[in-house]
Amino acid sequence: MTTHDFNPAPGAQLALEVAGLSKAFGGTPALRDVDLQLGWGEALALFGHNGAGKSTLIRTLVTLVRPDEGTVTIAGFDRVRQAAQVRSMVGYVGHQSLLYDDMTARENLRFYAKLYGIADADHRVERSLAEVGATSFANRRTRVLSNGMVKRVAIARALLHRPRVLLLDEPETGLDQGGLELLDSMVTAVKAGGASVVMSTHATERGLALADHVLVLDAGRVALAGAAANTSVGEVQRAVLGTRQAAS
Amino acid sequence: MRNYLRGALAIYAKDIRLEARTKETISAVLAFAIIIAFIFGFAFDPSPTIVAVVGPGIVWVAYVFTGILGMNRTFALERDRGTLDGLLLAPVSHESVYAGKLASTATIMLVVEAALFPVFLVLFDLNLFNVWFVLVALAATIGFATVGTLFSAIAVHTRAREVLLPLLFLPIVLPVIIGAVSGTDAAIAGDGWDGVGKWLQFIVAFDAVFLMLSSWAFDFVLEE
Amino acid sequence: MPSAAGPRSRAMGLGGRQLLLGVAALVFIIDLVLIFGYAPTASEALGVQVQRIFYFHVPSAIVGMISFGVSAFGSVMYLIKRTRKWDRLAWASAEAGTIIFTVAIATGAIWAKPVWQTWWVWDANGTLTFMLWLVFIGYLITRAYAPTVDRGARWAAVVAIFGAAAVPFVYMAADWWAGLHTERVTGPGASGSLESEMFYTLIFSLVAFGFLFAVLVAERSAQRAIDEQVEILRREVA
Repeated sequence: MTTHDFNPAPGAQLALEVAGLSKAFGGTPALRDVDLQLGWGEALALFGHNGAGKSTLIRTLVTLVRPDEGTVTIAGFDRVRQAAQVRSMVGYVGHQSLLYDDMTARENLRFYAKLYGIADADHRVERSLAEVGATSFANRRTRVLSNGMVKRVAIARALLHRPRVLLLDEPETGLDQGGLELLDSMVTAVKAGGASVVMSTHATERGLALADHVLVLDAGRVALAGAAANTSVGEVQRAVLGTRQAAS
Repeated sequence: MRNYLRGALAIYAKDIRLEARTKETISAVLAFAIIIAFIFGFAFDPSPTIVAVVGPGIVWVAYVFTGILGMNRTFALERDRGTLDGLLLAPVSHESVYAGKLASTATIMLVVEAALFPVFLVLFDLNLFNVWFVLVALAATIGFATVGTLFSAIAVHTRAREVLLPLLFLPIVLPVIIGAVSGTDAAIAGDGWDGVGKWLQFIVAFDAVFLMLSSWAFDFVLEE
Repeated sequence: MPSAAGPRSRAMGLGGRQLLLGVAALVFIIDLVLIFGYAPTASEALGVQVQRIFYFHVPSAIVGMISFGVSAFGSVMYLIKRTRKWDRLAWASAEAGTIIFTVAIATGAIWAKPVWQTWWVWDANGTLTFMLWLVFIGYLITRAYAPTVDRGARWAAVVAIFGAAAVPFVYMAADWWAGLHTERVTGPGASGSLESEMFYTLIFSLVAFGFLFAVLVAERSAQRAIDEQVEILRREVA
């Protein structure tokens, strides 16, 4: 991955800069005063029990959720005031595939290529399909593909416009061994290209192995933050269990 | 501006391609429209004098209710299958997403309306193949689609989407309904610009105001 | 930690609301005396005693429209400022307006049926009254069915703003339509010429309904402000 379609704000030192981020849904707090920083070419592993705020944090970064308080800067763009530019910087793989059932994998990617204004779209689509190993089933409608195949195409969709920050929400779900290896190699390639990765996962060992930084969320708050090299699996797991263990 | 058009066009093309392939919405809406027309056929005696009086009203009752059915589906499919996020993640303004959705909704409604011309001709001897009627129908349909697409974005996120859309939509587009019925009446009576012009301008003014308003409100409505 | 001057302090305090209620009750009693004692008895054509309902119907319709204006204004301010007080104002006005419009429609129908042999007059005013009532109901139902209060507030604000934008169009269209289709010249919505006693009674009734609106909005807003403060405190404890 060499050329990028979109450029970060001039002079953007960090891929991500979040300060005091808070968000509540109808009175229920989902994120409380979250801080984080991520440099270029780095990966962040995001841990936390279900409902801790991992998805909310990721969705806030990709502009699907609007913060109540705090500042969020992605590739130098402000999340609230420059939302469209932020979207050009991020690639998102969430729980839903974002693919249309009645279109083929290739048609889906071509649609997104057009939507993102990618030059030489057809060529880029073919390369993306090849990168995720989906060329063999590219002409089949998404409806008939297996979960693993769909996930591969979803990853291709996220990377189509060469984002500077790739955000993955529990990407290992639905992937077989081959898919997991593909995921690892893609994350490594993205980092090598100078882009950054945020990955929420329940697989503690794998997450720590791939990441440079670690962040553990507990009931919306930051329970643990630090360098992955200095953090053990046990520490992460204890932080994830956090208040629930203290209560028991 | 180029971004705006690119986004809207890509979404419009995708919607039309999907609809042409699956025919999901059009078949349901067309079937419903024909049923409504038939019910009207049995509801009263379609003699020429009566048709002259209630004809325009019937046409627009049919168009409005089938329109509501079609508009509900605009976002229902996207939301239920989770693809709405995909549209919102694109680096184009959300106004552009609205424009694309508006265009595809309006197109489907217009196709169904046109398909009903022969039905009305056969059942009521009501000839809608009339330039002025087509203009009125075009303007009114855009008005409905403009407001309906916006409210559909709200309704689709609630438990009561089938009920909420008509409830929100009908009071707001009441002027368009009045204008459409009156304009249709004048068009069929052969009044030309003298009779139709006033209503046509009125509907177009409504369209302009609500196009801007809906385009602006779309982002607010989708915010989480 | 929320200060003592929380959301509650931005709604009217209990003392103020009690005073408002007292004044409103007084005004209403005086109003009833005027309507049944001071205002002249109407002609056969207008329904004799039934005509007195005019002093309920017209003011409630007018105050209903004012409440719509307040709700729309509150909605605009809420979308700009995002502070709770504007949303509370818009919401309370919508609730008060729905009640007041219901009074207007009910009294209008009660008056129209015996006098004009129709349940409602679809002239510009009548159509507008009915349409705004429907928009208010849509506003409240939207909030009821919204997945969270915040989204409900934003959606309802959009509904109110759309309603306000449609008002001139509805008025014009209904006016033209009524011109084409109704022969009736006067109706429950028309004012015609008023004798001075009728005029003063009408104005006083308008003031009385204005107070009713103010009381309803003040009470409802304060109640919501208290609910919100309780919610904040509850979360602090949890």
